[in-house]
Amino acid sequence: MIQALIVQLAQMTLLLVSAPLMTGIVRRVKARLQRRRGQSVFQPYRDLLRLLGKEAIVAETASWLFRVIPYFIFAATWVAAALIPTFAANLMFSWSGDLIAITALLGSTRFALALAGMDVGTSFGGIGSSREMMIASLAEPAMIMIVFSVALVAGSTQLSTIAETMLTGHVGLRVSLSLALVALMIVAVAENGRIPVDNPATHLELTMVHEAMVLEYSGRHLAMIELAAMLKLSTYLSMIACIFLPFGMAADPLRITDDLVGVLAWGCKMVIGIVALGITEMSIAKMRVFRVPNFLGAALMLSLLGVLLLFVSRGM
Amino acid sequence: MTGLVWAAPCFLALGLVGVLRPPGSRHLVYGGCALLSLVVLGIGVGAVWGPVEHLSLPVGLPGVGSRFRLDPLSGFFLIVVGLGSAGASTFGLGYTRTDAHPERVLPFYPLFIISMVLVVVADDAFSFLFGWELMSLTSWALVSAHHLEPGNRRATFVYLLMAVFSGFTLLFAFSLMAGTQGHFTFDAMRANPVVGTWADIVLIIALIGAGAKAGLIPLHVWLPLAHPAAPSHVSALMSGVMTKVAVYAFLRLALDLVGETHASTATVVLLGGGITAMVGVLQAILDRDLKRVLAFSTIENVGIIFIGAGLTLAFRANGLMMGAALALTATLFHTLNHTVFKSLLFFGAGTVVEATGQRDIETMGGLIHRMPRTALAMLTGCVAIAGFPPLNGFVSEWLTFQAMLLRPDMPQWGLKLAFPMAGALLALTAALAAGCFVRLFGICFLGRPRSRSAAEAREADLWSTGTILAFALFCILGGVFPGAVIDAMAPISTSLLGARMPEQIGNGWLTIVPIAAGHSSYNGVLIFLFILVSALLAVAGIHRRSNAIRTAPPWDCGFPDPSPRTEYSADSFAQPIRRVFAPVLMPTREQVEMPPPGDMRPAVLHRNEGDLFWDGIYAPLGHFVEWVSGKANVLQFLTIRRYLGFVFVSLIVLLIALTVWP
Amino acid sequence: MIPHSFSFDVAHTLAGMLLLCSFVLLYQVRLLALLHALALHATILALSVAWQAYIQGAPHLFITAAIALVFKAIVMPWALRRIVIRMGLHREIETVVGIGVTMLVGIGLVALSLEVMLPITANADPVAREDVALALSVVLIGLLMMVTRRNAVSQVVGFMSLENGINLAATGARGMPLVVEISVAFSILIALIVIGIFLFRIRERFDTVDVGALDMFRGGRQ
Repeated sequence: MIQALIVQLAQMTLLLVSAPLMTGIVRRVKARLQRRRGQSVFQPYRDLLRLLGKEAIVAETASWLFRVIPYFIFAATWVAAALIPTFAANLMFSWSGDLIAITALLGSTRFALALAGMDVGTSFGGIGSSREMMIASLAEPAMIMIVFSVALVAGSTQLSTIAETMLTGHVGLRVSLSLALVALMIVAVAENGRIPVDNPATHLELTMVHEAMVLEYSGRHLAMIELAAMLKLSTYLSMIACIFLPFGMAADPLRITDDLVGVLAWGCKMVIGIVALGITEMSIAKMRVFRVPNFLGAALMLSLLGVLLLFVSRGM
Repeated sequence: MTGLVWAAPCFLALGLVGVLRPPGSRHLVYGGCALLSLVVLGIGVGAVWGPVEHLSLPVGLPGVGSRFRLDPLSGFFLIVVGLGSAGASTFGLGYTRTDAHPERVLPFYPLFIISMVLVVVADDAFSFLFGWELMSLTSWALVSAHHLEPGNRRATFVYLLMAVFSGFTLLFAFSLMAGTQGHFTFDAMRANPVVGTWADIVLIIALIGAGAKAGLIPLHVWLPLAHPAAPSHVSALMSGVMTKVAVYAFLRLALDLVGETHASTATVVLLGGGITAMVGVLQAILDRDLKRVLAFSTIENVGIIFIGAGLTLAFRANGLMMGAALALTATLFHTLNHTVFKSLLFFGAGTVVEATGQRDIETMGGLIHRMPRTALAMLTGCVAIAGFPPLNGFVSEWLTFQAMLLRPDMPQWGLKLAFPMAGALLALTAALAAGCFVRLFGICFLGRPRSRSAAEAREADLWSTGTILAFALFCILGGVFPGAVIDAMAPISTSLLGARMPEQIGNGWLTIVPIAAGHSSYNGVLIFLFILVSALLAVAGIHRRSNAIRTAPPWDCGFPDPSPRTEYSADSFAQPIRRVFAPVLMPTREQVEMPPPGDMRPAVLHRNEGDLFWDGIYAPLGHFVEWVSGKANVLQFLTIRRYLGFVFVSLIVLLIALTVWP
Repeated sequence: MIPHSFSFDVAHTLAGMLLLCSFVLLYQVRLLALLHALALHATILALSVAWQAYIQGAPHLFITAAIALVFKAIVMPWALRRIVIRMGLHREIETVVGIGVTMLVGIGLVALSLEVMLPITANADPVAREDVALALSVVLIGLLMMVTRRNAVSQVVGFMSLENGINLAATGARGMPLVVEISVAFSILIALIVIGIFLFRIRERFDTVDVGALDMFRGGRQ
């Protein structure tokens, strides 16, 4: 019991502590590809610490929601991250929510952030919220359809069970799963506001979405939101790794050696994923906002196609 | 049962009080209704867990009388009626303070409640239809309470038309079930159920009849007209409770009275529900009238409920009783949830409309500062109806998804395709509902006031806000302790389907496990506590470092504008979604009229929003009726001889029909 | 029950990828990207045919695969690319209906072909059975693409993907003779040449390759 709790807490801490590093790596990769030297991979930690030490400036027109939401977003994202098996399946809290619950938790953070964007009553905040909800209106159903595909193959919506089923190797190659993987990548890009859907590096651009919503935030509130965004990126990468590449994951979290192997495997998967993300971001251009629905619509269609194939013929 | 026998005359007496209106009658009627509704709720709780009770009164159809019955399904819907009416009545105590015409509401209000109770406990076709029509008429009277306002008379007319249509269709369904033997009691119908193709036909007719009352597309047109017209506590009753009585009618017929139906009927119900949900939420996200948005959202939720009902029928048709029990539980859970949060939202809308004197959300803004209690409750309601954990709306949607994932290998090809389609529609609906309620809450309560009336709004009285906050608490409780609700509903599925979901109370940490451990589980308590603890930890950790705060004017990228006209409006918020979805589902045209350079006229954006169903179905139907009546008008100006000729010809035709008929 | 052998899985994945690639074709809005996607489409087809050749032990199918790879994946996209560049065509594809709607219809077509094919081939070999269902979807999507695009080049692309779908069905069904395959490949090549010349002719006359212009021309004569 105590041991299980310790392993669970270790997983949560690991995700939280490594999340800024992942963002640091992706920035570094992009900088190198642009033939800049780029910042240290540890710069996000310094940024967060700096923000945490500053006083927070709150707009006069803001309500109490504006100050509560950053903490809620952080907490809900962290809870979602805690439910994902990273180095070991069957962690202590893993059964308290399944993949649908994780999707909904991340959805609730978006709901909160969109409200925060509208709280001050400025035009930029509204534009960000409005676009975010448009993106969500297609990304979330696509995510649910991906969950359907995976759950039908694995016979469960519980991530630990899914990872174990995938590990056994009985699943084999499935058309639906490859469709789901493509769709999940598109959804992950959209949910994290990466290129080509949104550009995390810009400000003062009419196409921005996430940055427009957090425009009024500063100091510790901004630090919370930034940290939550980094955590969300790690969460999605871990989710992809856990569903499609569960190799090396410990089945029993109480065996420490297995856990260490799991941590190592997870680290490698994350670094590969993050480098791939950096390279992809560098090689494509940001889309116009009204091309995004087509992009996400494609993800929705693909995932729906995957589910259709599964429902119609169990062989796919 | 005896409790109900005593409660019914009390309701009638309260109606009489409403007619006579002695001093203090407002308090007497609403307070009395609240207490009696609590009694109804208590009776419902007893009926879900207790034995089936019968009662027969010697009034009504000759030879049949009026029969009543309390079984777990009736009990559940008595809880829904009791809870919703108790809330509406308590809310009404404060809300109707400034009502200029109490005489238009008070006499009908208690009758409306008792008519819904009557429908739910009726055990023969006559009392059922009597209750149904009484419900329609009293609610019609309540909708027309503010008949002097522009547009409201049209609303009442459309509502009456649709109510009559629904009653007529159900009458048709019951007469088919009664057969030539005249089985008007439900017991007789259960003993001799219609079977085969007739069962499917009866069920489709019942779907149309109940759907017209519940708001299934394309029979939903009265909802967005009638709900804004009625006073808010009545809208809450109509939306939160009366549509549920229609759901009851469908479930009673589908699961109890009609025999085994074919799987393709389940496909119709499933996809009908999915399309209703999708279209409802799309219209909700585009509308600007606070109460119309909620009315469209009711259509959406009714769609979700019917998706659940369709799943139940699909599983039952294939003999998968466990799946049917899961789907039925999800359906009923969502029914209960919708009663709670839609009542809450209508109460909140009522206080907002009362405080600002406006229904257009474009004139609101910043109400969270002026009405903090209402805002808190409305926020809870919005999160709950958008289906986010750890509140109750999420649990029922989650259960519906689990039911879809339970057995994908249905033998029928229609169902194989309908399951994923309904799943995709439900997922789209849930995501769009989130957008809709961000917009509703964000535009009304957040930001800066867009008009003077919003800037000077006052928080409502304690009766109103207390009721709203209590309902917000129910939303949290339902989401945090879903296992208890699921267990409480077990007798219903046992009595109707002979199967129930696994018992939840034994699972550790109050987890709910709908199918089997390792398949799927959800723990509302843990997630709720988890979020709370991590948020508090973050606050504690950070505030040790710094908790300095400075207020300043908004930054807005360096271009702050003091005029609230630069705020993002409700229409501009909905514009991206309109652009994405409207070409598929509704005929919306946008046209920009840009004056040439040098011209000082402002550019104008014309938006032409058609209603697919009104323009496509109802308007042509109306034209057709007008055309026919125009033609038939000639008949009013004939000679006596010709009229006699008509009578003669019809007599002959009838006689010939008699001879030809076997 | 359906065998979960490795060869079965690979065959399916390749067929599924072909279908996925058809959707990629539907999704493209730029001509050159469309041609790249077409090359990918043909490459997947070649891989799929080669895999069939391997598991069926039918060496003549390797030739089919080679033809697919050389002609369809390299020569034709290259030729079309040259046409596009030489004629300086407008690089955006003009669609008749929106991309979202087209994709939605595409999904509907897949559902339709599964619904049609799977029940009637219930007794057939499962590999062939689902391959045929997927191939029919590819064919239908190719047709859909020809219907919903205004530009003649993208209509050619639609036609090519349709042909790829037919090929997939034929190899999956174990029995297309080599002669047929070669003659089909050549007829496609000839079709390409004819269409190429045709394109130049349209372009000379109307300064556009929008096939809508032909309708206008006909209308003018009446």
